Amino acid sequence: MNATSPTQALLLATILFTIGMLGVLARRNLLLMLMSIEIMLNAAALAFIAAGARWHAAQGQVMFLMILSLAAAEAAVGLAIILRLHAAGRPTLDADTGNRLKG
Amino acid sequence: MDALLLPLIVACPLLAAGLLFMSAGRMPPLPTCVIGAGSVGLSALMAAMLATGFLRTPPPAGALHATLWSWMQVEGFNTRIAFTLDPLSLVMMLVVTGVGFLIQLYAYGYMHDDPGIARFFGCMTLFVAAMLVLVFSSDLLSLYIGWEGVGICSYLLIGFWHTDTANVAAARKAFIVTRIGDAALLCGLLLLATRAGTLDIPALLHIAATRPADLSAETAAFLLLGGAVAKSAQVPLQTWLPDAMAGPTPVSALIHAATMVTAGVYLIARLHPLFASVPAAMTAVTIIGLVTLLLAAGSALVQTDIKRILAYSTMSQIGYMFLALGAGAWQAAIFHLVTHAFFKALLFMAAGAIILRVHHRQDIYQMGGLARAMPGVFVAFLAGAAALAGLPLLTAGFYSKEMILQGAWHAAPLLWAGALLGAFATAIYIFRCLFIVFFGTRHTEPHGRTGATMAMPLACLAVLALTGGWMEMPDAIAPVHLLSHLLSPLFGAPMPEGPTWLLWAGSLVPLAGVGVAWLLWRPRIQTRAPPEDALARLARAGWDFDTLYDVLIIHPFVTLGRLNQTDICDRLSNATAATARAGGRMLGRMQSGQVRRYAGWIAAGTVVALCLGARP
Repeated sequence: MNATSPTQALLLATILFTIGMLGVLARRNLLLMLMSIEIMLNAAALAFIAAGARWHAAQGQVMFLMILSLAAAEAAVGLAIILRLHAAGRPTLDADTGNRLKG
Repeated sequence: MDALLLPLIVACPLLAAGLLFMSAGRMPPLPTCVIGAGSVGLSALMAAMLATGFLRTPPPAGALHATLWSWMQVEGFNTRIAFTLDPLSLVMMLVVTGVGFLIQLYAYGYMHDDPGIARFFGCMTLFVAAMLVLVFSSDLLSLYIGWEGVGICSYLLIGFWHTDTANVAAARKAFIVTRIGDAALLCGLLLLATRAGTLDIPALLHIAATRPADLSAETAAFLLLGGAVAKSAQVPLQTWLPDAMAGPTPVSALIHAATMVTAGVYLIARLHPLFASVPAAMTAVTIIGLVTLLLAAGSALVQTDIKRILAYSTMSQIGYMFLALGAGAWQAAIFHLVTHAFFKALLFMAAGAIILRVHHRQDIYQMGGLARAMPGVFVAFLAGAAALAGLPLLTAGFYSKEMILQGAWHAAPLLWAGALLGAFATAIYIFRCLFIVFFGTRHTEPHGRTGATMAMPLACLAVLALTGGWMEMPDAIAPVHLLSHLLSPLFGAPMPEGPTWLLWAGSLVPLAGVGVAWLLWRPRIQTRAPPEDALARLARAGWDFDTLYDVLIIHPFVTLGRLNQTDICDRLSNATAATARAGGRMLGRMQSGQVRRYAGWIAAGTVVALCLGARP
């Protein structure tokens, strides 16, 4: 394995996180928002891997596995909510129209 | 055994009231009535047993005592919940349970298809229980419990049909006006308690009889009189009684004719040594009685509503009782209380039977010619009217009114003349009502029949209204003095009787009144329109006491309230509420409901937190 410095990996993680966050903030399509959240989770996981490699600790990879399973669960829940919304008769995936809890 | 029966007589209707209120209207009408009337009937039965025992073998001290428990015991003052049965409460007990039972029976016939019948019977039985507490109490503080209890039941029952705002207004008026008197009564009780250190009635009366009256005793007597005046609807606190007719007719018969309104008379008779030791209070009682008697009789002469005629007549008759109390003729007042309970309950119940059959109309000018359609009710009403007018020899009202007239003659011939004028007016107004309702052309076709549960009490009370007076007769007719002998341990020997021509005057004046009524309202030349001149209008409005109180008290009070509506205290609390509301609205604007914006806020917050954390 090429000794990529942890700094570079962290930089990549930061870029990925920012992309994901911008996706969540800017996209209105619920599916794309979910995908952006996945990117953010993966960015965080990458940061754990980098840290684990830097200190030769196994916990980094343990955390990665946990985040992987969390992401799967999150995707399942998120997709189920979207399907429920669809079944309840919402014709659109636009997140901004779901604002009935407005104060 | 007898002392055990005493609390049971009270407990019986009290338990029934609890049961009826707990059923919350889920019980069908018949069991409701069986519990309501049955419990009062049971206490009437026990009361009759107790009375026979009492009369056959009088208890050693002339009274039965049953101490229930000690209420409070502090330094210099203690009070017990205790019941006493002496001749006065014996008479009252028989009236309350006996007449109460007959009215409960009648009420089933009157109310059986009303959806609120459980509430009705609950309040009625609770009333009987409270009235019995009032009558039995040997301590003024527990008497006050009964006094307030009957007041609240009166309020609940006047406003029984509470979907009509007029009924609710009448109930509130009755409650507030009697409350003024209750407050005076409570002040009087506190004054007596501080003066004597006890509210036990025998102890108080002992002090009143032995110690000369000082200022506090005089004030207390006047305050107690205030309470009695409000409860018994006497001038100047009489305005609630005519409006109280908004309640169902059995309520008017039980509460506003036979029992509760006579509580004031009972209170004064119970505390008579205290009043007798304050001559000014006695004079006030006399004057209040005479004024009420004449004013109310004048109002009754021109009323068009059958129940209001009877309401004013009740005020007038209680005026007679007050007159007798003020003249010191205690036995006469109690005698008239008893006979009045018979004949006025009878009149109210007969009026209720008529109202039920002429489609709930109460205007006497819309009735007419009903004698042939309902002969039974006519005979009952005739018996009641004759007793109220005091037609000689035959009726109960004659003997009791005669006794009051004698008492008034002994106090002052002027009082006697006033009372005689009242008797004349009484005969005129009640026979005016009778002639207009039962004779002449028929204006409303009656329907249905008067049921057995209503007819039976009417018959019983008609017999009582005619024969109930035979327990006490003037010597000139027959030397029968059952009631005054019974009451003499309390009140002392009755007054000696006046000359025989008094008796003649007392018998002829009511007959003359009936004659005048016949001349004015007999079927042929019956004037079918109520009199409309200024004086008649004034009298019909109850001499405009309502307007006077509106101008003097209610309007200034309401204006003051409106002026003070936004004072500094209100502003303070209003400002707090306004600040909270504005802040909430501002924060609420952040909750746009859009997930993306929330995510943005979270991101911004995280960035700010990181920046703050990264700063060394």
